[in-house]
Amino acid sequence: MSHTAPATPGFYGLMAEFDSAQTLLDAAHQVGKAGYTKADAFSPFPIHGLAEALGFKDRRISFIVLMGGIAGALFGYGLQYYTQVIAFPLNIGGRPFHSWVSFIPPTFETTILFASFTAGLTMIALNGLPRPYHPVFNVPRFSGASQDRFFLVIEATDPRFNLDQTRSFLSGLHAREVVVVDE
Amino acid sequence: MESSQYPQGDYRRAAPVIGPGHSSRSITDKLASVVLTTNTPIGWFVFMFFGFTLFLGLNVALTYLFAKGIGIWGNNVPVGWAFDIINFVWWIGIGHAGTLISAILLLFKQDWRTSINRFAEAMTLFAVACALIFPIVHTGRPWLAAYWLLPYPNAMTIWPNFRSPLIWDVFAVSTYGSVSLLFWFIGLIPDLATFRDKAENPIVKRIYGILALGWRGSAIHWARYEHAYLLLAGLSTPLVLSVHTVVSFDFAVSVLPGWHATIFPPYFVAGAIFAGFAMVITLAIPLRAMYGLQDFITMRHLENMAKVTLVTGLVVVYGYFCEAFFGWYSANEYERFMMWNRTWHGPYAWSYWTLLLCNFIVPQLFWFKKCRQSIPILFMVCMFVNVGMWLERFVIIVTSLHRDFLPSSWEMYYPTKWDFITLFGTIGLFMTLMFLFVRVLPLISVFEMRTLLPEANPKQPEGGSH
Repeated sequence: MSHTAPATPGFYGLMAEFDSAQTLLDAAHQVGKAGYTKADAFSPFPIHGLAEALGFKDRRISFIVLMGGIAGALFGYGLQYYTQVIAFPLNIGGRPFHSWVSFIPPTFETTILFASFTAGLTMIALNGLPRPYHPVFNVPRFSGASQDRFFLVIEATDPRFNLDQTRSFLSGLHAREVVVVDE
Repeated sequence: MESSQYPQGDYRRAAPVIGPGHSSRSITDKLASVVLTTNTPIGWFVFMFFGFTLFLGLNVALTYLFAKGIGIWGNNVPVGWAFDIINFVWWIGIGHAGTLISAILLLFKQDWRTSINRFAEAMTLFAVACALIFPIVHTGRPWLAAYWLLPYPNAMTIWPNFRSPLIWDVFAVSTYGSVSLLFWFIGLIPDLATFRDKAENPIVKRIYGILALGWRGSAIHWARYEHAYLLLAGLSTPLVLSVHTVVSFDFAVSVLPGWHATIFPPYFVAGAIFAGFAMVITLAIPLRAMYGLQDFITMRHLENMAKVTLVTGLVVVYGYFCEAFFGWYSANEYERFMMWNRTWHGPYAWSYWTLLLCNFIVPQLFWFKKCRQSIPILFMVCMFVNVGMWLERFVIIVTSLHRDFLPSSWEMYYPTKWDFITLFGTIGLFMTLMFLFVRVLPLISVFEMRTLLPEANPKQPEGGSH
């Protein structure tokens, strides 16, 4: 059905398979240098510098988590202020309704609670998960990416993508094999 | 030095954190074979049978409690808090080692934490689950716990009193439970993807696939993952220290002799880590033998955990001496009487000396390398610590309450059979959850074990693009 949409070549991209973390990392640096912007690498464990080699610079999580923590602190303190001063003021041993010292431990806990869940859920959301289907799973050998194999994909929508040139470029990076990933 | 009793050779050298000759594939295959098999070890059934039987006892005890009320327990006036709060504090304390291993040791870059963090985190969750039973049922009317414990808009328009440490405790423990669950699940995602890819049975594959959220090991995902994981570790570190601090406030903020002491927060936190590490060793020894994990949980791990147990144990003993010192130095007759009653002429003095035997005398064996490297001695000492830490809470709670300021209100406390069935029932619940966990989820973090291999840390090329 490719005759209706020339922009989509009918496949997702090219996938190169590597034997080790070292060859994958070296290849990723070459891919980054060659100017490809829509490339991703896949490995069974985190490899330091790999995402950066492919041009990844996103550090938004820290800021979002800070906002989550501040929201948690405001929620915790606000809840206590509302319940103890406005909604249900109780005179207990003559203590002030606004006993801010007593409000510190719950405020601390809600800060941690909100910040932690922000960290976890932001990571999942920014990664676009849950995503049960993804074209890379169409490659039978890709199941090794969660065990002991290493992969690098250049997407067909990359402006520098050219099926033959990109294939020979990837093959030159000590790839074990290069295959087309179906859409 | 191959003849050494030490499995890795020369006992003076630090053992490796992973046995020799392992690759990504062998680690994955070994750890997946524990779960993705129809061949369950016979020991698993034995532990499960034992645990589940005790758990059934818990169900009976709680059902009877809800029908009759807390009159079935030994609690009385003045000992209004007894097994319910002892068990609560004991379980919460045990949980602390899991977070210490997964968060604090991660920040300190202790690579030996990698093979024990997963099941230690699971232990945290299950210990918190056992602990949470007690605040909910300790009135015998668990359906009322909702408005006692949680601030929610209700038809009576009443709210909990936030000036009380008991409500701080609700926030601390529920935050701790939720964050531990999140931390544990985030850690599991890449391993669930491994299991999805390795499972043969289509239904099993589907279940792991759903839980793995479609994880594909993308470099960009890993970068965000590690970033979030580090933040979670950084957030969990003050959290874990705050939880037992807040638990100790339940006591320290009151005016009862024996509870009203400033040493309580650090002393309770150290006690929690002490109890928790002892429990991790107690669990690690049978698990590594049952599943042949000696290459992953090496003597290095057991020895390091024994060292942590020894050090935190000494902090706890310092707490005991501080309590005695405060009793004397306060020059307060009630404080002095409390110490004298607790240690010498009171009816529960036996529990104090048993406590010192369990938590002070026996763990000193860990000064000796031979003892730290002997599995039977390790296991025995940790069982002493498990009992000792329970007794510590018994000593603090019961001996302080049973003889307070007014001799006319003194009363002895005797637990009933329902108290014991409930205590052992929660141990059964813990064992049931723990052994279900090792059967269906990776008990050692597979992807983190791979990062311990030398080939997992490739050199950055010269003139890299960043």
